[in-house]
Amino acid sequence: MTAETAPDHHSQTHWFLVGMRGLFSLPAIILMLSFVGFAAFTAEAKIPVGQVMFMTGIVWALPAKVILVGSMLSGAHIATAFLAVTLSSVRMMPMVAALIPEIRTSRTPTWLLLIVSHFVAITAWVFAMEHVRDVPRSGRVAFFAGFGMTLTTVNILLVGLVYGAVSEFPPIVSGCLFFLTPVYFLASIWVSARHRVIYWALGIGLALGWLFAVIAPEYDILLAGIIGGTLAWWVERMLRRKEAAR
Amino acid sequence: MSFDGPWPYIYIAIAGWLATDFWRWSGVIAGNRIDEKSEVLNWVRAVATALVAAVIAKLIVYPTGVLEASPLWLRLGAVAVGAAAFFAVGRRPVIGIGTSIATLALGLHMLGF
Repeated sequence: MTAETAPDHHSQTHWFLVGMRGLFSLPAIILMLSFVGFAAFTAEAKIPVGQVMFMTGIVWALPAKVILVGSMLSGAHIATAFLAVTLSSVRMMPMVAALIPEIRTSRTPTWLLLIVSHFVAITAWVFAMEHVRDVPRSGRVAFFAGFGMTLTTVNILLVGLVYGAVSEFPPIVSGCLFFLTPVYFLASIWVSARHRVIYWALGIGLALGWLFAVIAPEYDILLAGIIGGTLAWWVERMLRRKEAAR
Repeated sequence: MSFDGPWPYIYIAIAGWLATDFWRWSGVIAGNRIDEKSEVLNWVRAVATALVAAVIAKLIVYPTGVLEASPLWLRLGAVAVGAAAFFAVGRRPVIGIGTSIATLALGLHMLGF
C-alpha cells in the first residue's frame, strides 16, 4: 500500500505541521542562504527594508524579484517592469499546472488552490514534487500550504533581520552561496524524478538553456522550456511506443 | 525612482505581484483540467522541468556577482566533479552538492579570489 491509497487517520493540522517541519530541510536552508544574499544585494542598492520585505512576501519568486529590483533601480516605467517580470514568470504556469493534479482531491475547492499557488516558486516546487508522494492525497494541500507559508514567512523575517547586518562576505563565500542554488536544483530534480521524461527534459533543457542564453538572451528560458520540454516529451513518447510494440 | 511614499509599494504590487501571480493562477486553472494520467500532463511536466533546467543553465553559464569573474571551465568542472560524486555514492544529494561546492571553493582559492 502506498501513501496514495492508504487510509489517512491524521488531521489536516497534522499534515500542515509536517509541511512546516520542511523548514529544516536542505532546500529550505539553501533558499534561506540565497535570501541572505538577496538582502545584502538590496541593502547595497539602498531599497528601503520595508519594500524588500513587502516584495519578498508578495512576489516570492527570487528571479522575479531580482528583475523587479533591477527595474526599480534603473527607473523603468511600471509597464516595462511588468513586462520584464511577466516574461520571467511564465514558467510558473506549467510548474503549478504539473503540481495541481498531484495535490488536489476531487473535493479540493479551486479558491484554496488559488491561494496556495502563491507559495509556488522553484524551491517549493522541487520540494513538493519530491515529497508529496509520501503524504496521503487528502493531506497534500495542507502539507504544501504548511511548507510554503512557513518558508515565505520565515524568509520575510530573515530579510528584515539580516538587511544591513550583512555588509560584505569574503568573495569565496558569496561565490559559493550563489552556486548552491543551481547544484541543489540539479541534484534534487534528479532524485525526485518519478517519470523517465524528467531526465530527458532536464538534459535537453540544460543544453538548450545554454544555447538560447547565447543566441536569444531575452527569451532564453521560455524558448528552452517550450522547445526543450516538447522535444523531451516527444523523444520519451517515441521510446515508450517502441517498447510497447516490442 | 524615488523610494518614498506609497508609490514604490504600488509599483511592486503591479509589476511584481500581478505579473507573477497571474501565471500561478493560470496554472491552477490549467492544472485543474488536466487528468493525472493523461499525456498532456506528461508534456506539461516536461516543459516545467525544461524551464527550470534552463534557469539552472543560466545560473551556471552566466552567474552574477563574484562568479561573473570566474572562468567557465571552473564552474562546469565543479558541476562535473559534484555529479561524479553524486552517482558514485548512490545518488545522495548532500554528497553531490558538498563536493561541487568544495571543488568550486578550492578552484576560486587557487585562482586568487
